[in-house]
Amino acid sequence: MTRFAGLSAAAARRSDGALPSRRAFLKTGAAVGGGLLLHAVLPGLARAASAESEAQGAAMLNAFVSIARDGSVTIVAKNPEIGQGVKTMLPMLIAEELDVDWQDVRTAQADLDTEKYGRQVAGGSMATPLNWEPLRRVGAAGRQMLVAAAAQSWDVPADECSTAQGVVHHAKSGRKLGYGALVEKAAALPAPDLASVRLKDPRDFKIIGQPLPGVDDPLVVAGKPLFGIDVAVPGMLYAVFQKCPVFGGKVASANTDAIKSLPGVRAAFVVEGGDNPQGLVGGVAIVADSWWAASSARDKLQVTWNEGPTRTQSSAGFASAAAALAKSAPQHALRRDGDPGAGFARAAQVIEASYTYPFLAHIDLEPQNCTAHVHDGKVEIWAPTQNPAPGALLVAATLGISESDVIVHMTRVGGGFGRRLRNDFMVEAAFIAKTVGAPVKLLWSREDDVQHDFYRPAGFHFLKGGVDADGKLVALSDHFVTFGHGERVADAAGMDASEFPAGLVANLDYGLSLMPLGVPTGPLRAPGANGIAFVFQSFLDELAHAAGQDPVDFHLAVLGEKGDPGRDFDTSRLRGVIELVAEKSGWANRHKLPKGTGMGIAAYFCHLGYFAEVVQATVAPSGAVKVDKVWVAGDVGSQIINPSNAENQVQGAALDGIGAALGQAITIDKGRVVEANFDTVKPLRMRQAPPVEVHFRITDHRPTGLGEPALPPVIPALCNALFAATGKRVRSLPINNAELKWS
Amino acid sequence: MAFTIEVNGVERTVDVDGEMPLLWVLRDVLDLKGSKYGCGAGLCGACTVHLDGEPTRSCLTPISRVGTAKVTTIEGIGETLLGRRVQNAWLDVDVMQCGYCQAGQIMSAAALLAKTPRPSDRNIDSAMTGNVCRCCTYPRIRAAIKKAAGLSTADARMP
Repeated sequence: MTRFAGLSAAAARRSDGALPSRRAFLKTGAAVGGGLLLHAVLPGLARAASAESEAQGAAMLNAFVSIARDGSVTIVAKNPEIGQGVKTMLPMLIAEELDVDWQDVRTAQADLDTEKYGRQVAGGSMATPLNWEPLRRVGAAGRQMLVAAAAQSWDVPADECSTAQGVVHHAKSGRKLGYGALVEKAAALPAPDLASVRLKDPRDFKIIGQPLPGVDDPLVVAGKPLFGIDVAVPGMLYAVFQKCPVFGGKVASANTDAIKSLPGVRAAFVVEGGDNPQGLVGGVAIVADSWWAASSARDKLQVTWNEGPTRTQSSAGFASAAAALAKSAPQHALRRDGDPGAGFARAAQVIEASYTYPFLAHIDLEPQNCTAHVHDGKVEIWAPTQNPAPGALLVAATLGISESDVIVHMTRVGGGFGRRLRNDFMVEAAFIAKTVGAPVKLLWSREDDVQHDFYRPAGFHFLKGGVDADGKLVALSDHFVTFGHGERVADAAGMDASEFPAGLVANLDYGLSLMPLGVPTGPLRAPGANGIAFVFQSFLDELAHAAGQDPVDFHLAVLGEKGDPGRDFDTSRLRGVIELVAEKSGWANRHKLPKGTGMGIAAYFCHLGYFAEVVQATVAPSGAVKVDKVWVAGDVGSQIINPSNAENQVQGAALDGIGAALGQAITIDKGRVVEANFDTVKPLRMRQAPPVEVHFRITDHRPTGLGEPALPPVIPALCNALFAATGKRVRSLPINNAELKWS
Repeated sequence: MAFTIEVNGVERTVDVDGEMPLLWVLRDVLDLKGSKYGCGAGLCGACTVHLDGEPTRSCLTPISRVGTAKVTTIEGIGETLLGRRVQNAWLDVDVMQCGYCQAGQIMSAAALLAKTPRPSDRNIDSAMTGNVCRCCTYPRIRAAIKKAAGLSTADARMP
């Protein structure tokens, strides 16, 4: 068995590639430590600075960059790579300002060390907005030190020197020196103040803005071990963990003695577990010589469960409870503008509709897994996680050790979508490894993964909209029935008081009512927005049709000329992408489409990005839906950092939304999940995936992220297209073909 | 029980239960981690390998049923000109997001192109629909298959 990654941080670094054994390090750390601006964002650089005095000689370890004598550059990718492209994109930011040739750069995945690297999270589409400037400054500080070293060597003013592709030039004398030859001298120089280092004019970018392929692509196509599931540690055993099908349930008894006698099984034991679904929950662990042996032994496992109170909950029960709650006023007021009652009274038309969307699972293609090894008073973890720091804390608390004794190596992640912001698999692996006293790889089956998620919460919206005689939206109300206890809304089940179109409608009323829920919930790609955009953007389309208006015109009228209704939402940017997507899709010619084919539009602002999308879909008389094409217009600011990855993310987000709308729902019955595998939770397939045409509107705003904001509008755009094609309004997801039959 | 199978041109002998799926023999006994577990039920295609050139779900193939069939995995597909061309097309198009499904996608694509050197969109749909890409890189998988076939990569399904 070969080692995927070593048992120590140093070994893990070596496994990233053939680093020279004697490296010269570039000391930009001190530079950043001196910068007030970035001290809080990148605290690790401060530590690197303080380590300066302890270092022997000139070789200094900087948090992000090392340069070898041959000029090759290693840049640390600090965040988890879940497929959003940050292992390529974040080092691009540093490399650009360092002014090196991207061909000379290799990247290395960071371990968890927030003191050194700052926040290490894949979530919220935040990698770009949080790192755009700080990481460029890290690169620029390094460049400045290399220039200073060259200037000293030549005894010329630094401002007579320039850099290009890893070489410092002095044009007047025709001299030049490569970074590899300068790095030791540079490391000994005083570090510049990070806040004052000069950044490139964007017109001079050579790496940022280039469509660069993912740094791990060659390893992926060759089938090299990269993912959590691929980790191998000498002496490793394999585990499965059977949890109670009913959320919150615990083991009453289990035939663990019989299981222990099965072939290959090394251990089988009951885990009592606690009540926090994000930590260790009740179940039975089976540890064996191979995962197949552990999984086969599980087929013989017999458990009597104490199912607990959630066993009475069901999706059908939630739907009827929501309908009952909708008959009364909301339990909690969320927002009230103007006089909604008077607004509705004055409206020429009042439309009422109820919308609902289901629980959703994340269905990461790589099932949850984690490898853990407890040794020398520490626990070492290899985890495909989006959010390692809280996982390390949970492991420390569960095992009763110090957080500093938890070492987390971040593997490449086979899909996140928000599921791996929770680290329950990490805690399970660590606990099982400690119990058996050997390294253990825990791997969930697909069924475990579908049935033990932190689900996108279902939601029920009861809406009312009023338009006046001129077709203007004058009053809107939403009674949102969601989940929670008392004043506390369940994870990812809330709605912001500034939810669109709040602030743009004179008379508006948003209220919440809560139902108790024993099913764990959590963020799914574009949390909140992924359900709420469907509701409001579909209802807006209903109101436009009621008002006899083109939905584009109606939407633009709601947005008004220019405004900021809250949460940094700039209505002119949304207007811009709506106009762009209407133009690119040929929206004005949609009346020429044949019967059964229609176009729908929707737009949404979330995760700092503005997206408008048009879907063209064809519905067969049988009701079968075919999505013909998607047009996307997005505004994420002044710079698309990596156009290849950006297009891929946007296409993927749009198709992800279509897949969820067409085929996905998690049904709760008797407190457990009914669906178990891809035959019932249906991921989008090749034959269902339409072309997705992507356009970016470049605007004079700071660049923001792309993992999420392209998803929310595609679902209402699709449903609005289905209405245009059939005259039937989809108010409940997933789309039910039987309700779309026409003749 | 001992089984001798030919994997990527090399005879390998393993001593395992005859019911153990080929996927787990490859991954956990032979240390070929490229083939992936996704569903264990033949529903996602992440475990796709070739048996005598036929795309096969290794998660549903007991080792006892492999017999004398030549097993080719993602680790060996680059040994053929066609396989290498498919891998290069994947790199040229920059298909990957998370990358977890791509070994299975490449194996299915290589099997398609071996039989249908100039596939239509419909051919691509039917050959690839068993392979799930949760990141939905389908437009790029389609383009990469066309590129490997020497066809235009433009998506011509709709004007």
